Amino acid sequence: MLITEEQAMVRDMARAFARERLAPGAAERDRTSAFPADELKAMGELGLMGMLVPEEWGGAGTDILSYVLAIEEIAAGDGAISTIMSVHNSVGCAPILKFGTPAQKERYLRAMASGQMLGAFCLTEPQAGSDASALKTRAVRDGDHWVINGAKQFITNGQNAGVALVFAVTDPAAGKKGISAFLVPTDTPGYTVARLEHKLGQRCSDTAQIVFDNVRVPHEAMLGEPGQGYRIALANLEGGRIGIAAQSVGMAQAAFNAARDYARERTSMGVAIIEHQAVAFRLADMATRIEAARQLMLHAASLRQAGQPCLKEASMAKLFASEMAERVCSDAIQTFGGYGYVDDFPVERIYRDVRVCQIYEGTSDIQKLVISRNL
Amino acid sequence: MKVLVAVKRVVDYNVKVRVKADGMGVETANVKMSMNPFDEIAVEEAVRLKEAGKATEIVVVSVGPTQAQETLRTALAMGADRAILVQTDVETQSLGVAKALKALAEKEQPGLVILGKQAIDDDANQTGQMLAALLGWAQGTFASKVVPAEGTIAVTREIDGGLETVELKLPAVVTTDLRLNEPRYASLPNIMKAKKKPLETVDAASLGVDLTPRLKTLKVAEPPKRAGGVKVGSVQELVAKLKTEARVI
Amino acid sequence: MTTLVIAEPSVEGVKVPTLTTLGAASKLGGDVHVLVLGYSDGGQGVGAVAEATAKVAGVAKVLTADAAELAHGLAENVAPLVVGLVKSGGYSHVLAPSTTFGKNVAPRVAALLDVAQISDITGVESPDTFTRPIYAGNAIATVQSSDPVKVATVRGTAFEAVAATGGSAAVEAAAGAADAGLSKFVSQEVSKSERPELTSARVIVSGGRGMQSGDNFPLLEALADKLGAAVGASRAAVDAGFVPNDYQVGQTGKIVAPELYIAVGISGAIQHLAGMKDSKVIVAINKDEEAPIFQIADYGLVADLFKAVPELTAEV
Repeated sequence: MLITEEQAMVRDMARAFARERLAPGAAERDRTSAFPADELKAMGELGLMGMLVPEEWGGAGTDILSYVLAIEEIAAGDGAISTIMSVHNSVGCAPILKFGTPAQKERYLRAMASGQMLGAFCLTEPQAGSDASALKTRAVRDGDHWVINGAKQFITNGQNAGVALVFAVTDPAAGKKGISAFLVPTDTPGYTVARLEHKLGQRCSDTAQIVFDNVRVPHEAMLGEPGQGYRIALANLEGGRIGIAAQSVGMAQAAFNAARDYARERTSMGVAIIEHQAVAFRLADMATRIEAARQLMLHAASLRQAGQPCLKEASMAKLFASEMAERVCSDAIQTFGGYGYVDDFPVERIYRDVRVCQIYEGTSDIQKLVISRNL
Repeated sequence: MKVLVAVKRVVDYNVKVRVKADGMGVETANVKMSMNPFDEIAVEEAVRLKEAGKATEIVVVSVGPTQAQETLRTALAMGADRAILVQTDVETQSLGVAKALKALAEKEQPGLVILGKQAIDDDANQTGQMLAALLGWAQGTFASKVVPAEGTIAVTREIDGGLETVELKLPAVVTTDLRLNEPRYASLPNIMKAKKKPLETVDAASLGVDLTPRLKTLKVAEPPKRAGGVKVGSVQELVAKLKTEARVI
Repeated sequence: MTTLVIAEPSVEGVKVPTLTTLGAASKLGGDVHVLVLGYSDGGQGVGAVAEATAKVAGVAKVLTADAAELAHGLAENVAPLVVGLVKSGGYSHVLAPSTTFGKNVAPRVAALLDVAQISDITGVESPDTFTRPIYAGNAIATVQSSDPVKVATVRGTAFEAVAATGGSAAVEAAAGAADAGLSKFVSQEVSKSERPELTSARVIVSGGRGMQSGDNFPLLEALADKLGAAVGASRAAVDAGFVPNDYQVGQTGKIVAPELYIAVGISGAIQHLAGMKDSKVIVAINKDEEAPIFQIADYGLVADLFKAVPELTAEV
């Protein structure tokens, strides 16, 4: 797919930033799990934390293609940071932009679009993943306030966010239509980080279990209408999935680049190993798969940009790209041989970082379900 | 003070260049191109001068193919106000580029021209000095600090073994060294704004400038491969080899 | 065919870049004249340097220009003087060293003569054809000049210095220096002996696990100070806690390409080699003859580093 000069500039800026500012510290952050506060601040200043938010609310106002191109490049620099960026943009900013009142936008969106405040998306529960209708978290009206109780699982940015978008059942009798969404400042009493997960990869992005213990918020904290929560939760499903596809492509590309460069440098039997057909053909396959995934991803993004339905295409892009990425990273490790298995080179980290792309925002199985229902 | 900044589109510094099979140049097809890094420093310095209230307008110029418009857009996104492309498809060499820039400088009447000290493709390190010569202006090459004053500019230069500060009469030409500043990334809002900024294309011929190359490249080759190493028997032998054979100490 | 070499300004003896530029000039054939310029300010300076230059092998004539406006080699004042000499003397070639002085002045001279300048030549193929590195030395171009006067700067490391003695050239005063009124010298600050940054250092001395302890790194620092070098380390040395992380050269540390890289007590793990293999000259000092570092080293010394390094420091 051809991109515009402007989209290319966005991509190039994100690529240069990722290469110079993110990639050099990625291994260290993987070791220490240190939250990338400085990096995110710089990204905020560049407009990367509010890409789809219009300028009137302090965002960059880019199109969706620019957004996914940037996500891809940031992911190539540090997969974990691309997750923070993706969650913040796609399920942090986007719902407030679409459903928020002017007061809510003034209070949250402006700070979020400039990266000064991070957003978290509290939907998943210990017993409810993609099946949002099985939520157990309850919000009970108390005068002009709501009192929220429950627990949320696998919450990206849960510890570092300034505001959490929390989905809770407000009308148990109404099923999916009984769910409402609330904007909860994370310093509200009762918002508790119960646990931080120890993960296979993406370690500098915090993934938290959040417990809501009698969290009281005023009625004005409700995003959208009572009972509109499920719709809000699903509103940017496609955008989120295309974003994961972009992350997968970016990480795969980074692993591929490392493997290709190594294959050109490393010699065996008197020649660079890329001269061995087994290695060269493997690299050719890797590059082809990455490009195929990228085109699926860009196609889905362009449909979404045009306002056309893209549920199936977004799922296909996520399914294919995330599974492609695991395989490409594995092949990258293979290209490095023993050096791919140790942390002197970045490929083992990328392999770990990219694995979750087959899980979050709907597992591969869920994507197949969506696709199969749209055949 | 109007500031003119010259930028060149070159093979991205991150690309490991490969010599073409026919030995007539390096592979540039399907190779990522970017703004010459020293020119990014030049644009950044101009933007900082504007932010400090020392410069009023930044005009960014490139002499090269149509694709150099992308490079100019990047400069606009970094904060330049308008751009001029002197379009040519001939191989640009320093003297010709200096002549084109001279023609533009005479038209635009800048108080200061800033260029990168050299382009990372031909590594010539000439254009700024040549432009200053042709205009009869002072030159502050390899600048690591630039302080404009009334009618003059103090330029601290990176010279062998240290730093030298000179005071130049304005208008003047300054070429940038690495330590002058750290160029910013173009922010997304500024990338959006860049497309609305004026970018004018002029034909080299219309400036009355002859860009015909004066140097003919007969061939381009890989650098000599690292020769097989030798073992030396003593520290004295090592020092002798480093001094007389490798000539690195 | 006569070549005019612009000498590196000096107030004390003939500078090495002048001698290597003369080395390049000698490959052109024809007579070689040298312009010695500067400002003695009442002292001996320029005259003494001119006398010394006259003794350099292969120099036919020395021109001297000693004037206040030539102090500090200001290009605005030096270039017109050179251009005047080229025009009156009918020179076919003008060579200057690839020093910051030469690189500042030579293009200005060339533009005033309306000729191209050939930068940083590393070889002379014929009087109009030269080799020079492009793309940071990743390729070598052979270029031919069609201009009546060839103006070039000369990369010193590519040519042999000519002998400083053996010549007996005439010394003549060159007229024509004037203040263009464009520029003034303000001040100069000589680099402190602070060690350079790893990534920009011309010379790097790196230590590995063989250093045994961080307490032994001063051995390397002494050598580094003597060479104006930066100090680096392998990952093994960093992981062992000998030195901080920012010393690390290698895939996961800094990627460097100095002119001279001295690896001391470094075995040469691939991740280290990835960070320094583009160095121009690599020296390895290691007591293990089988260490992989010797495979890429230009000069290998199998020796106990605790003996060899102090010896090396004393010798350089």
